[in-house]
Amino acid sequence: MMRTKLISELRPRREIASVVTRAKMMTGNLAAAWAARLAEVDYVPAYPITPQTEIIETISQWIALGEMKAKLIILDSEHSMLAAAGTSSLTGARVFTATSSQGLLYGFEMLYNIAGWRAPIVLVNVSRAVAAPITLEPDHNDFLSTRDTGFILLQAETCQEILDLILLAYKVSEDHRVLLPSIVNLDGFHLSFTREPVKVPEIDEVRSFLPRYNPPYPFRASKPSAKGVAVLRPPLYSFFKYQMHFSSLNALKVFKEACDEFEAYFARRYDVVEKYMADDAEYVLVMTGSFTSIGKKAVKIMREEGLSVGLLKLRMIRPFPRQDVRKTLEGKKAVAVIDQTISPGLGGILYPEICSTLYNAEKKPKTILPVIGGLGGKTISLDEIRYVVELMKKHEEGGEAEPVLLFREDELREVNSLLKMGVGG
Amino acid sequence: MSLSIRDLISKDYVTPGTSLCAGCGALIIFRIFHKALGGKVVWVNAAGCITMLIAYPFTPLKSSWMYTAMACAPAGAQGIRDALDVLIEKGKIPIEEDLKVVVVTGDGAANDIGLQSTSGAIHRGLDFYYLCYDNEAFGNTGFQYSAATPYGSRTATSPPTPLTPEGYRGEKKDLFEIWRAHKPPYVATVSISHPMDMLRKIEKAGKYRGPKLFLSLSPCPPGWGFEVMETVRMAKLAVETGLWPLKEAVYGEVHHTYIPKKLKPVEEYLKIQARFGHLFYPVKRDEVIMKIQNEVEEYWKKVYDRELSREDAGKS
Repeated sequence: MMRTKLISELRPRREIASVVTRAKMMTGNLAAAWAARLAEVDYVPAYPITPQTEIIETISQWIALGEMKAKLIILDSEHSMLAAAGTSSLTGARVFTATSSQGLLYGFEMLYNIAGWRAPIVLVNVSRAVAAPITLEPDHNDFLSTRDTGFILLQAETCQEILDLILLAYKVSEDHRVLLPSIVNLDGFHLSFTREPVKVPEIDEVRSFLPRYNPPYPFRASKPSAKGVAVLRPPLYSFFKYQMHFSSLNALKVFKEACDEFEAYFARRYDVVEKYMADDAEYVLVMTGSFTSIGKKAVKIMREEGLSVGLLKLRMIRPFPRQDVRKTLEGKKAVAVIDQTISPGLGGILYPEICSTLYNAEKKPKTILPVIGGLGGKTISLDEIRYVVELMKKHEEGGEAEPVLLFREDELREVNSLLKMGVGG
Repeated sequence: MSLSIRDLISKDYVTPGTSLCAGCGALIIFRIFHKALGGKVVWVNAAGCITMLIAYPFTPLKSSWMYTAMACAPAGAQGIRDALDVLIEKGKIPIEEDLKVVVVTGDGAANDIGLQSTSGAIHRGLDFYYLCYDNEAFGNTGFQYSAATPYGSRTATSPPTPLTPEGYRGEKKDLFEIWRAHKPPYVATVSISHPMDMLRKIEKAGKYRGPKLFLSLSPCPPGWGFEVMETVRMAKLAVETGLWPLKEAVYGEVHHTYIPKKLKPVEEYLKIQARFGHLFYPVKRDEVIMKIQNEVEEYWKKVYDRELSREDAGKS
């Protein structure tokens, strides 16, 4: 099914104008390209990788047609792509780029550099699980491997959110109280190749919301400067890293300010987290990304059945919104963190972050259940979410914190038959 | 207006006193190159000896500097060049703020880890200069062999032993030819012993838009093992023994800019450096020295034949 969908998405015209709402049907990748176009970026260093390609193809087409005034260039690797992204930003350009999975990892060294250079680029990661085994399907291990780089990390649930978060990311990253780059993550396939209605803001309004980037010390002939240089005294290294930390924390406040302004312009409300029926719930699921929509649906059904369930979506992962997470989860009977990542030998990546946030809470939930699901494109069904809620209820007095690894019986049957073929038995 | 030797003396963009080693060949190359290019430049650097020029908050440069990472200086140069072009084109900055973009790396970055990004930049026709100072090993990390290390050299990772009496057994990668195969507008080798040759080449390269690549031998007192006042002498002997040919290639067409009338024996160059000491003591390794000598002569025989036939063609 995924294959046929993919092929249909490759057809050139992807927009279907909706007269009534001004919303257009578009894929997540197209929404990302639209955001770059509306932000009037100057420069797009690129390198193709599935499932990101449609973004750079679309931008290339717009530039070739004269609809977008920017330079897009294909470099020799993601490492070079990110190097060019960083240095062009330090020269004063507004820079957009996009990658996925292996590409993100190939350029990983430069992520730390770009953040350390304080170059406020926006990078879209179309998430895809990391090899080996190699796959095209998504999970969040690529995205969350960047958690210590200094980038601001934002994750979208819908195609609309992709467009909006990219505009917000520029607003926050380029703010001189922050000056850190951003990654906006969207799930490969589930968002990248899935059409949803997206309202595309007017360019004049975007210009007003997001004025031209004002670089603090760009490379200019009249003002020589040295950048990216060595620090040979350990206190200097620590000092600059602490500076990055404080700037990242500033992004919490700056993001909230930007969201207020965004709402005034575009009538859509965002925050660092999103609560869904969470305030009065006894059991809360913590999720991120496109699968949050499945979680919301499950919550809605269970609510109708009389279960006191809610959901907390993390929209911002770095800086980590401690206050908002704690406020939401404090006093709950149980919490389940559904990670779409795996750190073999530990469990999910977000789970320890939620636990550490709640450790000093006055009314911390007795149970914080670690759950792993949705790796490498595997879906999470409504039944599985129901199962997670049952486990929460069962273990609400606390207990073992070994991760629950979601795997359905029908999937196991399929795997078993494939294993038979694989080992020739 | 042509540059003269006088320009070398009067203009300097590198203030005296840097943290590089005494007698560093790379610093001499860098100074001359900077004089020739003028002050409106941004250097884009990959990890190497010359990275140590600048440590926060000190810089000896009157120009701009961007340290990237070991593999991607040419890509970093691409970003700056493209950003300047786009910002000027959009009228966001005046043309007076433009900069020449110059990559400076050692042979370690140039030959291996940075070769992909270099090839990419040349292929894309990036308008930049590339200066490689070749000290024939990973000098900054303590002189381990690189792809530019010549046959017979002792390095920290190719020690001469009874099992490997010649030291390094590999051959030096031909970076000039690798660059030339991309057919960029300009490729040259230069030497600090021949500054006017270097100046003339930089001036000539300046007329071309696109990649302009310079490869300079960079004698290294601690790595090669010679006295710090002998740096230029080493460079000169490398040219006169024929080990370091001075040449250029315009869009791939090679021309030697200095042809020694008679090559000095390579032994004169080898025996005064500690890195080749094992070829002379405790026993002289004639077979190794002969191999080096033969390779040089083979190279120059082809050059003499070609340049002579070119002269003949010019006469007729």
